[in-house]
Amino acid sequence: MRYTLLFHYHEATSEELGAEAMEQGRQAMSSYAATLQAAGVLVGAEVLHRSDLSTTVQVRDGVAQVQDGPFADTKEQLGGTAVIDVADLDAAIDWAKQAPAAQWGTVEVRPGATYTVEGVWTPNK
Amino acid sequence: MSRDEARAAAERAARSSYGKLVALIARADGDLASAEDALGGAFEEALRRWPETGVPENPEGWLLTVARNRRRDMWKSAAARTSAPLEDDSARFDPLADHDPYAIGDTRLELLFVCAHPAIEESARTPLMLQTVLGFEAADIARAYAMPAATMAQRLVRAKRRIKQARIPFAVPDRRAMPSRLPPVLEAIYGCEAILWREGDGEAQYLAVTLAALLGDEAEAWGLAALTTLTLSRRRATGFVPLEDQDPGDWDATLIDEGEAYLRRARPDGPPGRFQLEAAIQAVHCDRRRTGVTDWAALETLYAALLTVAPSLGARVAAATVRGRIDGPEAGLAALPAEAESFQPYWAARADLLARAGRDTGDAYERAASLADDPLVAAFLRARA
Repeated sequence: MRYTLLFHYHEATSEELGAEAMEQGRQAMSSYAATLQAAGVLVGAEVLHRSDLSTTVQVRDGVAQVQDGPFADTKEQLGGTAVIDVADLDAAIDWAKQAPAAQWGTVEVRPGATYTVEGVWTPNK
Repeated sequence: MSRDEARAAAERAARSSYGKLVALIARADGDLASAEDALGGAFEEALRRWPETGVPENPEGWLLTVARNRRRDMWKSAAARTSAPLEDDSARFDPLADHDPYAIGDTRLELLFVCAHPAIEESARTPLMLQTVLGFEAADIARAYAMPAATMAQRLVRAKRRIKQARIPFAVPDRRAMPSRLPPVLEAIYGCEAILWREGDGEAQYLAVTLAALLGDEAEAWGLAALTTLTLSRRRATGFVPLEDQDPGDWDATLIDEGEAYLRRARPDGPPGRFQLEAAIQAVHCDRRRTGVTDWAALETLYAALLTVAPSLGARVAAATVRGRIDGPEAGLAALPAEAESFQPYWAARADLLARAGRDTGDAYERAASLADDPLVAAFLRARA
């Protein structure tokens, strides 16, 4: 049985949080990832960039609509995630257009900021 | 060589190659802000050094080399700081390491598609183009939009952050994606044109022509090239004179010929698009130079076509004005759209049609004047009231 843990939190900037809180958070995330890894339960984890870096994709009647910004329709709730590794935003958008959910909902394309490799946080590039 | 000559040479290089150099420096890591910083520093250095050394044989290559060195210095100092963020690995590679600064291709095309990417907020696309492709200062752009400088600066910073961090590619989309990717680019260039035209500046026209030439056979790109060229041929020397009262002898005949040639190069697969129709409308107006009269019937046909492909309030008001010339001012007044109370061209057209009908113009001229964003236009309208 596989679960995706979705972390929801207030989107503060690093300036708002301060260097100390940022460092504490980073350490907590490191040890959390290492703990999950040691327990043999970690498939992959990712911290995303802020939602203002999101791009949304909808396909209606075969026509793709690509827009800047996260979707604002509050009736739509997060129903699944997929992590892909591609060259750039255009490639990611092409995959988003092919997602079934693009037909009936909205696919949000958000760049990852940092993710785990073998339980160690690694910057996305 | 004097300081003034050095400044003029640097400014010439800036205008002709700014976007190309920014694109070239930024394309590897998408960091437009740092590319602009490095290039701005290179231009400063040029102004300092060229008066003594003379303008180098290849000013673009010189600027690129200096910008590259400045950028490398920035990376070094960033890497040297212990506080350098973990995720910033830009110091590890030099995007220009293998680049021959004396063989600069045209990278501006890629930058145009970056600026007008659908993932960039629509209202930021034209300002971004004005800044990164054409090299205008954020403060000047803010003034053109009648917007506080800080608000405009923030909008531009946000867009650049998005380009870098969401990794919007510096690439020309393939033919399959062109139908959805080209229109926002044309719209944004048209936006630049609308802002620069009043200053008599041909930069947007140059951009439109370059885009059309590089893409080769995109009909709407040629349409925009024709539209901006024909509009530029009537750039005003002094004051504001309505189109119909302008003396065709004052228009730039070379630009008119050029614009007409671009329009002939637009060969659409289907019905002509919005920019081709708007260019054709301009061509009809410019043809008065040859015939001495305005072909109102041709204009009516073109506006009818324009209203089917791109129905805008502006086109409806213009079509009503044309109707007024063919069937009389009363018919023109009846054809004016109803829901346009805050639209400046509506009041200008209404005032003109009322005057032609011999009716009381009421406050129409005053309302048109108060909505005009160009003081010369406002003064002209108030003088008629």
